Amino acid sequence: MPETSTPSRAELIEIYRIATLIKCADDRFIELIKAGQIASPYYSPRGQELIPAAISVNLLPTDTVVTTYRGIHDQLAKGIPLKPFVAEFMGKATGTCKGKGGPMHITHVASGLPVTTGVVGSGLPIANGLAWAAQLKKTGQVTVCNFGDGATNIGAFHEALNLASVWKLPVVFVCQNNRYAEHTKYELGTSSRTIADRAIAYGMPGVEVDGNDALAMWSAAKDAIARARGGAGPTLLDAQTFRFRGHLLGDDSHYIPKDEMAAAQAADPLPRLRAWLIAQGHATDAALTDIEQTNQVHFEEAVRFGLDSPFPDASELGIDVLAMETLA
Amino acid sequence: MNAPATTPRKINMVQAIQLALDDAMAQDASVLVLGEDIADAQGGGVFKCTAGLSAKYGTDRVKSTPIAEQAIMGAAVGAALGGMRPVAEIMLMNFTAVAMDQIVNHAAKLRFMTGGQTHVPLTIRTATGAGFGTGGQHADYLEAWFAHTAGMKVVAPSTPADAYGLLLSCIFDDDPCVFIENLPLYFAPGEAPQRGVRVPLGQAKVLREGQDVTLISYSRTLLEATAAADALAKEGVSVELIDLRTIAPLDMATLVASVGKTRRAVVAHEAQVDFGVGGEIATRLHQQLFGRLLAPVGRVGAARSPVPFSKSLESAFLPTTARIQAAVLDTLK
Repeated sequence: MPETSTPSRAELIEIYRIATLIKCADDRFIELIKAGQIASPYYSPRGQELIPAAISVNLLPTDTVVTTYRGIHDQLAKGIPLKPFVAEFMGKATGTCKGKGGPMHITHVASGLPVTTGVVGSGLPIANGLAWAAQLKKTGQVTVCNFGDGATNIGAFHEALNLASVWKLPVVFVCQNNRYAEHTKYELGTSSRTIADRAIAYGMPGVEVDGNDALAMWSAAKDAIARARGGAGPTLLDAQTFRFRGHLLGDDSHYIPKDEMAAAQAADPLPRLRAWLIAQGHATDAALTDIEQTNQVHFEEAVRFGLDSPFPDASELGIDVLAMETLA
Repeated sequence: MNAPATTPRKINMVQAIQLALDDAMAQDASVLVLGEDIADAQGGGVFKCTAGLSAKYGTDRVKSTPIAEQAIMGAAVGAALGGMRPVAEIMLMNFTAVAMDQIVNHAAKLRFMTGGQTHVPLTIRTATGAGFGTGGQHADYLEAWFAHTAGMKVVAPSTPADAYGLLLSCIFDDDPCVFIENLPLYFAPGEAPQRGVRVPLGQAKVLREGQDVTLISYSRTLLEATAAADALAKEGVSVELIDLRTIAPLDMATLVASVGKTRRAVVAHEAQVDFGVGGEIATRLHQQLFGRLLAPVGRVGAARSPVPFSKSLESAFLPTTARIQAAVLDTLK
């Protein structure tokens, strides 16, 4: 992997802003669910924030991002507007999907977020199609497709990587490798030594990267996105990370050895990036605190908007099913 | 597009499908075709329905794929989301099972799940039908699976002209459509379509007016239904024959108007009877015409077994003219 450059100070600060906004959203959603103000299953991305944050500063607004039910970090990083985002999470009529998607399926086409799937591995074949359309229309758009390490064991992953390589599609496959597929640890379910190794079979670069290191992730994402945009085809990024809050909110991570969890939490990427930014002179403690507080203010406004918004009317069941609702 | 004057008066369904794809691609650069072996270098499709298209429109728009139905369908769904109008060929209907996640969980639902931000203008062309000795995994009629899924449209033409006009409608429709082609019907000649004229989705066609019983069918079973109606006419039974053409959305207005008049109905299709389209139509007719019906709505379809290989089993499996005739006579007892 050629490390040709490093992120600018502005990009580093933006990565930090996005990562802390994700943490703010995650903390607040969990509070709201526990308080009974939102009723929904929730798949926390806590621990994985730097991956989409470092990717997003390399993307154009017109680029598209496909993600999964564990996807609020990817959506926030792509710049989804906060008020309709939170409203969608709450199932409100003012949500990006009018409350018809919900936390597992938040999309916002205007932000470049057309597909969020609740089915493991299903985003990859669709990402190919988005990239194919861009290739045919010569728009220069790149599609980034996020998924977990568990998805690399399902057939759709293999069909999609093969086709993307044969058709040289402008797509970047980002495996957010948090080492657990639901409750099953990597070695019990995955035959290859690394996820990156799987790229060899499909004739594309497979890049192992520390997804919890902002600089390394920025660099790997930049190279893969440039390769896709330049017409050289897809890349598989194996972004290594960890998941702090279980598969599903409420699971106690009993299947993760305590020392493994303790070591991961001790290496929490957010405080690590914060300390590094200050040590390197990129930002003062006060400036970073200001970013965090601003995030909280904006997010709280969005929470208020969501809570005050109405639920969708029952008549919405008959709307958006088909283009033409006149025939039954 | 060729001048209408050069179109022959009779064409078969393969030619009708070629023509519809050709006309759609000529009319709109966003129309794409993808599937296994569909480009000319690979033979123009295993049934030749896409022959000549890659020569005319290039292999960027007419793309042969690996044998990978999830990848085909995902690429089609994504391209549709990206503003194109893909026509995905799934060689045989049984292979749609391999792509079911993309079709049912994604193509059918994305419009609703995104609150109308997106839609999936996708056409899935797929062939099926018993009669060629292909056995249990190449000949099933699975239309009920798709018709049962909210967000899908399902079309099954019985003539070349309807195949042409309905395929154009599917391609330019903004929802995912499953377009069912029948293998034995591929080479049966019929009236040529009027170029550029679409047959609207959701409209059944009364093929023959009658007074005694309404016989509703679609796709290849229309052949047996027509033969049954002919035979019954000789016995003095006047059958009103309807080609459903579109299964979902179902044209109940035409069916209710007809059965309201005849007060008796039989539905005949190649799919097995149990939990099928005939059951849905029968229920709706019973609900809407309960007091007026003179007999329960009859259903004729395949036996509840996988499609068999052996000829002796196949003829026992399929809805024959004799069985349709008997079902019609049952309603007159």
